[in-house]
Amino acid sequence: MKEQLVLIGNGMAGVRLVEEILERDPERYAITIIGKECYPNYNRIMLSNVLQNKMTVDEIITNPYTWYEENNITLINEDPAVGVDAAHKIVTSEKGLKVPYDKLVFATGSHPFILPIPGSQKDGVVAFRTIDDTAEMMEAAGKHKKAVVIGGGLLGLEAAKGLQLQGMDVTVVHLAKWLMETQLDERAGKMLQSDLEAQGLKFLLEHATTEILGDERVTGLRFKDGSTIETDLVVMSIGIRPAAELAREAGLEVNRGIVVNDFMETNLPAIYAIGECVEHDGKTYGLVAPLFEQGKVLADVLTGIEAKPYQGSKTFTSLKVSGCDLYSAGNIMDTDGLQSIEAYDGVNGNYKKVFIKDNRIEGIVLYGETSDGNRYYNMMKKGQEIADLQSIAILQAAGEEAGSDDVVAWDDEETVCGCNGVTKGDIIRGIREKGLTNVAEVGKVTKAGTSCGKCKPQVQTLLEHELGEGVTASTGICSCTDLNRDQVMTQIYAKHLTTSADVFKELKFANAEGCAKCRPAVNFYLNVAFPTEHKDERQSRYVNERMHANIQKDGTFSVIPRMRGGQTNPQQLLQIAKVAEKYNVPLVKVTGSQRIGLYGVKKQDLPTIWKELDMVSAQAYAKAFRSVKTCVGKNFCRFGTQDSMGLGIKLEERFEFIDTPHKFKVGVSACPRSCVESGVKDFGIICFENGYQIYIGGNGGTEVKEAQLLTTVETEEEVIEYCGALLQYYRETGIYAERTAPWVERLGFEAVKHILSDAAKRKDLIEALDVATAVKRKDPWHEVVGDRDIQEKLYSIDRRELVTVGD
Amino acid sequence: MTNKIFLTKIETLLPQIGRSVSIGSKKLALFQLSDGRITAIEDFCPLTGGPVLEGTVSGEYLYEPLRDYKISLIDGRIQEPDEGQLQVYELLLEDGNIYLQGAAI
Repeated sequence: MKEQLVLIGNGMAGVRLVEEILERDPERYAITIIGKECYPNYNRIMLSNVLQNKMTVDEIITNPYTWYEENNITLINEDPAVGVDAAHKIVTSEKGLKVPYDKLVFATGSHPFILPIPGSQKDGVVAFRTIDDTAEMMEAAGKHKKAVVIGGGLLGLEAAKGLQLQGMDVTVVHLAKWLMETQLDERAGKMLQSDLEAQGLKFLLEHATTEILGDERVTGLRFKDGSTIETDLVVMSIGIRPAAELAREAGLEVNRGIVVNDFMETNLPAIYAIGECVEHDGKTYGLVAPLFEQGKVLADVLTGIEAKPYQGSKTFTSLKVSGCDLYSAGNIMDTDGLQSIEAYDGVNGNYKKVFIKDNRIEGIVLYGETSDGNRYYNMMKKGQEIADLQSIAILQAAGEEAGSDDVVAWDDEETVCGCNGVTKGDIIRGIREKGLTNVAEVGKVTKAGTSCGKCKPQVQTLLEHELGEGVTASTGICSCTDLNRDQVMTQIYAKHLTTSADVFKELKFANAEGCAKCRPAVNFYLNVAFPTEHKDERQSRYVNERMHANIQKDGTFSVIPRMRGGQTNPQQLLQIAKVAEKYNVPLVKVTGSQRIGLYGVKKQDLPTIWKELDMVSAQAYAKAFRSVKTCVGKNFCRFGTQDSMGLGIKLEERFEFIDTPHKFKVGVSACPRSCVESGVKDFGIICFENGYQIYIGGNGGTEVKEAQLLTTVETEEEVIEYCGALLQYYRETGIYAERTAPWVERLGFEAVKHILSDAAKRKDLIEALDVATAVKRKDPWHEVVGDRDIQEKLYSIDRRELVTVGD
Repeated sequence: MTNKIFLTKIETLLPQIGRSVSIGSKKLALFQLSDGRITAIEDFCPLTGGPVLEGTVSGEYLYEPLRDYKISLIDGRIQEPDEGQLQVYELLLEDGNIYLQGAAI
């Protein structure tokens, strides 16, 4: 039987340890994790991003439940350990489970420190440590206006910024003379304060809170000097203390934290501890890098690999608040007797200070421009002599300073991702041995860049150095951004962005005006998110949608008028023939979707041709609801069971001129012979005697995909209802340029079916669709025909003769 | 005396959308950038053999419509990793009119 390894604590330190063990020897242990919260392991550091609407809770889950299953890990969740019997090697949980162990690891983390003052138990007083705390803060922000954050440290400031973005009026109360006083010197602390004040946060420095006021719920605070402040919410963020109560009861040696040696061993045999709950060499840590370093040492110990003794961690800090870049590492507190090099640029708000002892870096404070942080940090870690380096270079030409590029020159042991303790060597090995080709993949495998994200440019540099052209775009919607569609959409809603320019600016796209990939995508997303507020941006439309005609390879265009359901009549045919002759149209052809196309039309002829045709656009050029292909149906066909053509016409009338993430093709067949090939349509209908089968997600293009049966309905009205609901759900969740086939695959057919099977949801979706398209659902040709100005600006060509005027 | 050929009026341009002007057999694409500057480039991409007029404008660059090549509207260079250059033309703006400067054609 395998040895039983039991972990108390389902947090970042413990789970990271398990990952390290699995990497070394996956068969060694039967592993049980005992946790208090009701979530799988998540990245606690990212909670401030959730609060700042930059990420969702799902996105910060680092190990979903499936990870536990796949690795055969028993998870006892929402049932904290309450007793350890070290003599008999048994852990008892709150619900009474008895879990025997051979090896036991404490990874119990820490508790947020709550000020021992009157009123600290009132409603509306919260800490900021868990998903539940975050949810409570977000809920309070929805109901209340004013918030106070006690503690102007890293976490307190991130909480304050988050609450402000949730719409609250936020004051930060801080005991010290400047913010983040353990990580910043006074000048950097003041720079930070003034930047945050410019963003709208308020500060009360050198204020000691003595009482929390209010009856049931907090209404205000009283300070030592007798003054008070009104508030509806208090977030305590003044520090943490190791969660070591259980360890103490179990007989472990505990000072501030659980005392461990260089191999993470406690004073009792077979019991180890890592993370924020431990005290090593008199020090406790509250940052991730040390936890991960400790995890590696303990994983070696537990798998019988000769471990390098843990020798304490040098840590660094950076703040996750937009517009306030700072970096702090090493010793910046006890600096008496240290030399320092500092440079302050009051013009651009940049400040750098490096503390020096014996010609080596002891501490680093950077504010504003922080890209040198990792470089200094590595110099400090290695104890590199700085004697032959230039100390200050003011106003040197851009590009001359050593920037992030020099990561290429680093040694393999140097740390690139300080949060997760990932060295350059780890990343290079991942690229070479595991074939990683973008930042997201490197993050997934090595964890580099997945916490604060500041090292992503360096990871990118390494990728480019190793692979050159082989680097692929990461998950971002284009090379302008790392954000994927969902993240962009979340931000558009959260920040209420209504123009592309705002999106590019607020979300810091690399190109200030986007690129050919993201411009049409962002325009589409804005149309979906804020259909009435966002003004469609013609200059962001792809040429076909801007011109309302399909550009051909020689620069001419095609004209395809709408013939609903594929039905036409002699008048229309005469009209088309007349126009084709009059304008010398080189090609007239029946299209793949049963329409008639005029090909090779000159740009300047487009508006007049549309006018003379007097028909509307089939939008055969657009990412939109396209033509409905139909068979002739029961009125003529011997096999037809329903009026497929009539239903096709109704569908077109109801949904034409609606934009979708990619083209949306529809077919209606009157019998299962399916002459219109409903099985490869985005929305395909096959009629039979008593009703209609609805198929979705089919594709007859580059990747042929058979549509799947969604449901069977009895009436045409229901078909139309399902079609509208699907259209809107696709619009709301689709990635721009993603056909329904990959969309259904990405969301899961059952998930899509679940939504569409719900009558109330269908109703909501159709309502949303109608609101969104009420203003914009128009025939684009008529708009151009009626607008001389646009004709002149968009469709005319100036012809000049070359007249040489000699001298 | 230098040659000066009238091309079109500034008011006929839509920001970030190309306007076609032909001079004899030569085709030019005029663009007004988002900062107001007006540029002229030959309407022929040496890599695709097709027009560039209908591309997407971002800052000083044009993404050509067939293959997304990124072309500088200032010096006509096709950006890395692709190579090539299109002819750009110096313009003269006077009283709301756009003229081609010099005898470049």
